[in-house]
This record gives sequence, structure tokens and C-alpha cells, in this order.
Amino acid sequence: MTVTDTSPLDTGRGASSFAAALHAEWTKFRTVRGWVFGLVLAAMLLVLFAYLTGNGQHSGICVGSGQSGATQPQCGQGHPLVSVGPGGEAVADSYYLVGRQLRGNGTITARITGLTGVTSNAPANAAPSLARTRPGLAGWSKAGVIVTASTRQGSPYAAVMVTPAHGVRFQYDYTHDVPGLQGAPSAAAPRWLKLKRAGDALTAYDSSDGTNWHELGTRTAARLPASVEIGMFVTSPVTFGGLATSATATFDHVTLDGRSLGSGWRGQGIGEGPPDFYDVLGAGGFRGHDSAFVVRGSGDIAPAVTAGGETPASLLTQALVAALLVIVVVAAMFTTSEYRRGLIRTTLAAMPKRGHMLAAKATVIGALGFIAGAAAAAVSITLGRHVEATNGNYLFPLGALTEARVIVGVGAIVALTAVAVLALGAFLRKTAGTVIGGIVVFVLPAILVVPYVSGASGSGGDPSVPLWLLRLSPAAASSILGSLPSSSQVSYPYTVGNGYFPLSPGVGLLVLAVWTVVLLTLAMGALCRRDP
Amino acid sequence: MTAVLHSEWTKLRTLSGNAWLLLGVVAATVGISAAAAGLTHVSGFTHGGDATKLCLSGVYLGQLIVAALAVVAISEEWATGMIRATLAALPRRISVVMAKAAILGGLTAAAGVVAVAGCLAIGRLMLPANGLAPTHGYALISLSSGTTIRAAGGSVLYMALIALLSLGVATLIRDTAVSIGVVVALLYLPPLLAQIVGGALGRHIKELAPMSAGLAIQATTHLRRLPIQPWAGLGVLAAWAGVSLLLAGVTIRMRDV
Repeated sequence: MTVTDTSPLDTGRGASSFAAALHAEWTKFRTVRGWVFGLVLAAMLLVLFAYLTGNGQHSGICVGSGQSGATQPQCGQGHPLVSVGPGGEAVADSYYLVGRQLRGNGTITARITGLTGVTSNAPANAAPSLARTRPGLAGWSKAGVIVTASTRQGSPYAAVMVTPAHGVRFQYDYTHDVPGLQGAPSAAAPRWLKLKRAGDALTAYDSSDGTNWHELGTRTAARLPASVEIGMFVTSPVTFGGLATSATATFDHVTLDGRSLGSGWRGQGIGEGPPDFYDVLGAGGFRGHDSAFVVRGSGDIAPAVTAGGETPASLLTQALVAALLVIVVVAAMFTTSEYRRGLIRTTLAAMPKRGHMLAAKATVIGALGFIAGAAAAAVSITLGRHVEATNGNYLFPLGALTEARVIVGVGAIVALTAVAVLALGAFLRKTAGTVIGGIVVFVLPAILVVPYVSGASGSGGDPSVPLWLLRLSPAAASSILGSLPSSSQVSYPYTVGNGYFPLSPGVGLLVLAVWTVVLLTLAMGALCRRDP
Repeated sequence: MTAVLHSEWTKLRTLSGNAWLLLGVVAATVGISAAAAGLTHVSGFTHGGDATKLCLSGVYLGQLIVAALAVVAISEEWATGMIRATLAALPRRISVVMAKAAILGGLTAAAGVVAVAGCLAIGRLMLPANGLAPTHGYALISLSSGTTIRAAGGSVLYMALIALLSLGVATLIRDTAVSIGVVVALLYLPPLLAQIVGGALGRHIKELAPMSAGLAIQATTHLRRLPIQPWAGLGVLAAWAGVSLLLAGVTIRMRDV
């Protein structure tokens, strides 16, 4: 077919001819009632599935990390407490403190000669108790000296500590972690720790002999009040296998330089037991006086990590699949109907720059898909949070930024999928092939990984298949829903089954974008080369 | 009726796309089964699993192409306007649907036999090499086992019933893309729905949904854990196919082309 350059829509200037093409394609989409209905249906399905997910029966774990048995009874009765750290992130903040108030500047020094502990031996459906334990600690059990703004959970702090598996660490404000001396403390190889407060600056030192000190770093971030809590702390987190632990540390040579209030060292448990979400093993305690103490504690001071918990984003896992199914059909029809009705001849006669037609179609369906997806995601998250709160279920809190990322991400997934299927349609020109191809490539991988991602796969099977689908197939983009925090400071199975994706959100979306770009390029090439 | 059958057979036979789709059914089914068999290794999790079901897992994808074939067989008649000629030549409209159903069912079953045979052969050859052998609690795929024969034969019937269901849906809807979308939604969305509502309601959804009930026919172990028993499950799918064909027959008689 020959095309002429004198078309009614082509005024000769690139930009305005594209604008005309855009207007033409927008009119086409807008005036086909079925397509508009399909777009609305996709958005409605997304909201409906998210609502049903939020309203669904949540058997099993509903809060916290580790064993659910202890905390399960409270699931139906309001929300367990997850503290929020200075950066707005969810944090675990439960430990035993032997401390006093420090007015102004000062320094605490201590030597630790031993760190031992026990791990819960209780069956999974019973509360962890000190009566049923076996010897053993978690790799991230912690004992050391701490300066914290207050004993309120989530307060800014800095601490220098010994650990069984990660040597001496200087940690502050939950997310910062600086390594120090290697090895676990023992009577033969004790560890000296020092923490100095000067205004808002907290500086940590470690030493193996108490004379040669090594500076680990200084925390200066958030402002501290004039009076701070200073003292010794012990805490011991849930193991990799989900068992609560309790640690006991032996302190001596404890000295405090500075103006302290009160008569002496006071012990207090912070965040031990309900309503705090974190599983602890027994209550903490201490004995000793003057400069030598034995302190026992359980819990963690670290970013909070959840097991099997719902987040506002995880409500969308299945919902997204349902919406994509409809979007594939709409996007396929948007191009292939041109071919089956012969409209393509008219379209290309009116728009001799063939690339413009595909670009305009992609812009229209991409923009509409983005709006529908993002709007539905925003509604779903709001609605889901409301439903979960009404049912007394717990949603792991995400920061506002993360929620915005999820909403924009869902919009982007819908848009990219729509554009990719549109391009596939322009390439294949056949309706049935485009719909089936679109479903096989863009929906089926997501359907296959859903049971693993939502932790519903039960036996688990061989996880390598879903892992590769989540890396290479368009389903990789669902990692935008992966919003649970992970931290090198928390030993936890960060697996697909626990809601952690193999790719970071941005990279996952990029994988889908590559699929879309490749299909668009193929379609553009075919469109410009061949007869319609 | 033979004339109707003959004309429908001619239509299906002479469109080259249909032969490719049938080939696609076999390739997709065997290919996915081979991939599943190749990627599954014995681990602590998979001890004592269902080897027959695993090596028939390609049906999960093959059914999509079956659906496409069946939808296209009737919806394209509307897309091209062919349906006017068809119904003018054959005023007994129901017999058109019946003839299409018979031929599609037969063709799909034939492709299904080839595909399932390929799956079983792959299962027999590949699975023991990956450790899915009797020593790890996996039965060797064998045609002397009654349950394996039931799972294999049932899978062939399953694919034929999917073709009939899709034909009924497409006759009702008359549009290729929407019909495929509806069939795929009918197949894949109820299991997702069952997953998110959970509990007794989720189990009921699995008992009543065409795919999760129909594919129960593939299970050869742990039959007590199934939401629905194998033959009852295939019966549910047959009911879906029957109802969709019934509705198709009624509407094609009642309405204008």
C-alpha cells in the first residue's frame, strides 16, 4: 500500500502531528464503551480482591517475628505495639536496663567477662518460658553500655555492645551499625566498652585490656535532652528459627563519670511482654552492686522485621493479578481491533508516520492504566487498613514514602503491562494470539508465584522456580510490593515465603520495563516495515 | 448431522492456525511438564510427593491454548461475518454448536492423548534421575498403576471439557478477546480467591471452580487432603461445560446473529 504525505492529520510538524495522533487514539479509546468498562473493571477487581484479602481469615501468625503461639491470643483484641524509631521506621525496642539518669555530659565504662544464655524449648503453641529452655544464644544477643534519650520505646540512643557471633558493635538509632573488636567475650578474653556523652554527640570506644582504647565512631544525629538514661543493658533476640532467647552477661569495672541523679543503679525491663509485639523469654533482672553486676535480658534493639504479617502492600498481591488479567484483554483489543476491522488502513492513511500511531496508543493506554492502577491501589490500601483495623487484625506499618512507592509502583506495573500487550498486539495483529500471549507472559508468572509470595504454598516445594520467575519474568515487578524491612542487624529468613522478594523494588520494575521496551521495539520495527 | 459435522470439520481443518494451536497444546503441555520435572529435586520439603501430578502439570498451561482454539473456532465466525453464512446454510442452529463441540472435543482429546503420553514418558525418564524415586517416597510412573491411568485419562478428558466450556462461553459472548479473558478468569481467579478468603468458604470455592475441581483428577496421593475427590471434581468441570453449552444453545437460538 502506498501512503501519501497529504493527510488531514499530518500538518508536517512532528510535535503537532503527534498531538493529533494522541487525540485520535484518545477518542478511539474513550468512545468504545467496552474498553472503558474494562479499565474500570480492572480497577474494581483490584479493590475487591484487596478488600477480600484484608477481610479474609488470617489463620496462623499475625504479629511479630518468631513464634506466634505466645502472641496469638491478642490478635483479635487490638493492635500489638510496634515502636517507631527516630527515622519513622518500625523498630523492636525491648531490653533490660540497669541504669541511672545522667545530667549533662558524662562517660560510662564497663568490662564484660561473659555472655551466656538459653533458648526456648517450648512447643510452638505455648508461650516461651524460662522453665523450658536449653542452653544457647542468638547470634545477635547483645550486652553492653547504652545512652538513651529516655526509657520510652523507640527513643534515640547509642550503645556499644558485645555479641556472640558479630564481635563488638557500636549501634545507634536502630539502623546504624559499626563493627569493632572480633570475637565473643569470655573470662580469658574480656571486652572493655566505653560510651561518652558530650552534648548531642555520643562516642563509643572498645578495648581488650582497658588501657588501649579504640574509637568506633560518634553519633550526632538527633538532639538529646539534658538528662539522659545511661547504664548497662542486655537483650537477646529471636533466633533464625524463630525461638525466643534470653542472655545473661557478667559486667565488672563499671564506672560512671558525670553528674548522675538518684542514689544508685536501678533495673527496669523495657518492652518485655504484651502489648509489645516482640517475643521475649521471661523477664529480665540483675544482681550485684557498686561496679560488678550480672544482668539478664531478652528482646532486641533493632529494626523490626515481621513474619507472615500483612502489610498494606501485601494486600495487593492477588489483587494485582486479577487487575492485570483484565488489562491484558483491554490492551490487546486496543490494537488488534484496528486490524480486524480494517481500521488500520484508515488510521495509517491519516497518520503516515506509523511510529506516531503506536506511540500515541501506548501513551493513551499507559496513562490510563497508570491512573487506574494507582487510584485503585490507593483506595485498596486505605480500605484494607480500615477493614483490618475493624477486624482487630494487625497491619505492619509502612512509612508514608513506602506506601507512596507502592501506589505509584502498582500504577506503573499496570501501565507497563498494558503498553507491552499493546505492542504485542501490533506485532502479532491477531486477537487470540495477543490475549493468550499476554496472559502467558504477563499474568501466568504472577499467578504461579502468588502462593509462594503470600506464604500460602504450605509445603514450599522447590522454591527455585518462583525465585527465577521473580527475577526474570514480568512478575519480577511485583517486588514493588515487597515493603517489609530487612536488616543485616536481624538474623531472619528473608525468603520469598516470608514476603521478601529476590529483587529490590526498582530493579523488579526495571525487568518489566525491559520486557515492555523490547516488545515496543519489535512492534515499531514490524509496523514500519510491513504492509498493514 | 453428518453434513453439519462435515462442514464444521472442513472449517476447522482448513484454517492453518488451528493445526498450529493443536501443536501448541502438545508443545506447551509437554514443555511445561518437562520444565517442572527438570526443576524439581528432592529436598526435605518434597518428600513423598505426587510424581504423576507433577509430570502432568503442563496441563496447567496447555489448557490455555485449548481455550484459545475453542474460542477462536466460534468467535472468529462473528468477527469475519462467516456466522451469517453458517446459520443461513444450517437453520438448526443448535446442531452447529453441537457439531463444533463434537469436533473440538475430539481434536482436543486427540491432542491431549499425545500431550499426556509425552508427559508420562518424560516423568518416567526424568523424575528418577532427579531423585524422585521410590526410595524418596515417589512412586515410579507406570501404566500398570490404576491411579496413574485415571490421572492421565482424566487429564485428557479435562482438556476436552475445557474446550467445551470455552466454546460455550465464546458462543455466548461472541468476541474473541473478551471470551478468552472470561475463560481465563473462570479458570485462574477462583483459586486466588479461595486463597485469600481461606477457611471453609475457600474450600467451597475450590470444590466448585472449574480448574481447581477439575484438576483434582490428576492427584494420585494424599487423596484425603483434596478439596474434592478426583471424579467428582471432573464432574464439576463437566457441569460447567454442560451449562455453558446449554446457555450457548439457548442464546444462539433465541437471538439475532
